[in-house]
Amino acid sequence: MMQAETAAAHVPALEAHWGGGASPFGATWQKTMMWIFIVTDGLLFSGLLCGYGFLRHVSPVPWPRQSEVFSIPFIALMTFILITSSMTMGTAVTAARLGDRKRALNNLVFTIVGGLCFLGCQAYEWSHLIHEGARLTGNPWGPPQFTQAFFVLTGFHGSHVFSGLVILIITAIRTGMSKTPAQGIEMAGLYWHFVDLVWVFIFTLFYLL
Amino acid sequence: MTEMAHGPEAHAGQAHAHAKEAFIWKYVFSKNHRIIGVQYYVTAMVMALVAGLLAMLIRLQLAWPQKDWGVLAKIFPMGYDAGGGFGVMRPEFYAMLFTMHGTIMVFFVLSTAPVSGFGNLLIPLQAGARDMAFPFLNGLSFWTFFVGCVVILTSFFVGAGAAAGGWTAYPPLSALKAAVPGSETGQTFWIVGMVFFIASFTMGGLNFVTTIINLRTKGLSPLRMPMTLWAMFLVAVLGLLAFPALIAACIMLIFDRHFGTSFFLPTGLVLNNAPLLGADGKFLHQGGSPLLWQHLFWFLGHPEVYILMLPALGFTSDILTNFARKPLFGYKSMVGAMCAIGGLSFIVWGHHMFVSGMNPYLAMAFAVGTILIAVPSAVKVFNWLATLRGARIRFNTPMLWAMGVVSLFISGGLSGVWLAQSAPDIQLHDTMFVAAHFHLIMAGAALFGVFGATSYWFPKMFGRMMNDTLGKAHFWFTFIAYYCTFFPMHYIGIAGHLRRIYDPYQYEFLKPLQPINEFITISALVLGVSQILFFINFFWSAFAGRKAGENPWDANGLEWTTASPPPHGNWPGAIPEVHRWPYEYANPDFPKDHVMQTEPLTAAEQKLKAAEGPSRHEH
Repeated sequence: MMQAETAAAHVPALEAHWGGGASPFGATWQKTMMWIFIVTDGLLFSGLLCGYGFLRHVSPVPWPRQSEVFSIPFIALMTFILITSSMTMGTAVTAARLGDRKRALNNLVFTIVGGLCFLGCQAYEWSHLIHEGARLTGNPWGPPQFTQAFFVLTGFHGSHVFSGLVILIITAIRTGMSKTPAQGIEMAGLYWHFVDLVWVFIFTLFYLL
Repeated sequence: MTEMAHGPEAHAGQAHAHAKEAFIWKYVFSKNHRIIGVQYYVTAMVMALVAGLLAMLIRLQLAWPQKDWGVLAKIFPMGYDAGGGFGVMRPEFYAMLFTMHGTIMVFFVLSTAPVSGFGNLLIPLQAGARDMAFPFLNGLSFWTFFVGCVVILTSFFVGAGAAAGGWTAYPPLSALKAAVPGSETGQTFWIVGMVFFIASFTMGGLNFVTTIINLRTKGLSPLRMPMTLWAMFLVAVLGLLAFPALIAACIMLIFDRHFGTSFFLPTGLVLNNAPLLGADGKFLHQGGSPLLWQHLFWFLGHPEVYILMLPALGFTSDILTNFARKPLFGYKSMVGAMCAIGGLSFIVWGHHMFVSGMNPYLAMAFAVGTILIAVPSAVKVFNWLATLRGARIRFNTPMLWAMGVVSLFISGGLSGVWLAQSAPDIQLHDTMFVAAHFHLIMAGAALFGVFGATSYWFPKMFGRMMNDTLGKAHFWFTFIAYYCTFFPMHYIGIAGHLRRIYDPYQYEFLKPLQPINEFITISALVLGVSQILFFINFFWSAFAGRKAGENPWDANGLEWTTASPPPHGNWPGAIPEVHRWPYEYANPDFPKDHVMQTEPLTAAEQKLKAAEGPSRHEH
């Protein structure tokens, strides 16, 4: 690292980024801050996921087979919906950068619809499981940690999706009124992609493995 | 606190009427980094007062456990037994004392004053920025912190009193409401207060990192940054990476406490001699693991102690060079050492858990990682001593504190190497030896660093100087009393005196230690009373101290190129550009013995730079 820093002073391109008086990589402070926030929020999820992994590892009773509790194709559909919404979000960001406000707005609306569908699926899944006897304190399939981790992880992720939707709806309204600069849409997009990426980890680590 | 910030400002003259008009926005809900820094600092002072008083009560109990404290029983009716032994402290009250002393000191004083206080004051000044990147978030961060303080202080008055499960809040003690009286409402307030604190620290950290990455002035490349700025950057990064683990743990603890889950609660819990059963006759909690909390807590906890330490190391480097009037020895290795300490802090948390039944091979890995930290620490000490070598030292108050930090860093660091090894730690774990170790290195060095920084950067806070005589008296009282308080704790720890026990002399083998404990308590009381000197000096100097010029210490950094205190926007004209590193002292090519960072390279230096490539001016 030291060598890299020393070299920085002698390579003009690096000096232009890190020599002071300019934003590294041309990222505004708002964008830098959003990225750092995403890192710290991501670590919050990794704390919860590590906790889940630890409890599963030390569980005195065998962990249930997820495929017998959940309908994996249904969860895969939810995942597909969320990832598709990430794609429309990306399209909205590109359109906003090119100045195509109408296209940006349309894609924002698609993204919001995708997010709402995902939350709807999640509500259905929760009510279905609760109907079958899943509780925070215990469940019919074995260790209580299974449903505890399920409700806390998916609930926490769901609340992130919800706050993402609130941001997206505000952004869409302001885009409709031509009040949001392209960077505003890009930052909302960063957050949305992050929320989707977290789901990929939850899907893999909680439902599949 | 806001009145205080207002005092010297109102006399500064300009925009007096305007200031009065917008008082609440200018000094209460301020967005100015300097005001916010002072707000953090003064709030931390109030919290330190509370936590310091708790420490005094702890010491009284350890020296004279069965004594009848009539007066104290009147002040704290809940804490002292009104029954047969009127005025004798209750065990639950004692548990609450050490819990809240630790919590408040670690988070609300020693993370707050150096990081949030001086960070806010110094980052924009040293980086050459008009303010923090996002001033509104900065103000919000302070008020979130303030709410956290209020919640923590309120917890003393709710239900059966404040949290009593230790500052580490280990479950099941903290997760079962019936475990200790403090685990009822008090523990809930503890968690809520901590969540506010973490939210505030995260907002502050986002601002710190963003400001240092994006808003440095032209020419201030990373290897020209003062050590304090480096420390603030690393501390903010550590906070952002480590605190989420504690948030995750707090979320699970809340679920365990209020929604009946068993994240941290294992099967087979017995409470007050009765198994903890549900309505169906089975154990209420099943299959959880208290170790999970310990892992998550210490994943935060170890970086957290470096969050306390690193700013003090940064201040010390800046102050030491200035008063030695010599360039900082080994600047790049100092930066590297700080980065190494910060990085290593993430892979050593297991050394707090050596006695938790951990696999010995894993313990060994943690032990090796921990001992490795001694290497960058020794690099730092070596460089400080080399900086002092052959110097004509100016012994002003800031310098005394900086040398105090070096002294504590060495004495506390040496006992760290003992504790880092898993085998000796089995004997020393949870004894007063550990208390001695962390009070010297983490608490002591951080505290001395804050005192040094206060006397050094006081002009930038209030535009005035602190009284040097009073400052020196305060230093010597504190320094001697500090060592007298914490050094003997090593001995009683090795002799087997555990921390956190209510009455040590119930154990036959600890009875001979009472005289030492009495000595420690008297030293601690002297230490506590000496702080009055600081409070007098601080408030008197803030209002009536000698006016400071731009650069009273003949220093080189950017913060010394503007008025004391700096005006709104920090520099009235254009932001200065940086041309060299901040430790250009005693350069024989210049008439003065220090060269400001803003001084352009001379023709000779430019020629040298072109010929040699990397020179020392290229730092």
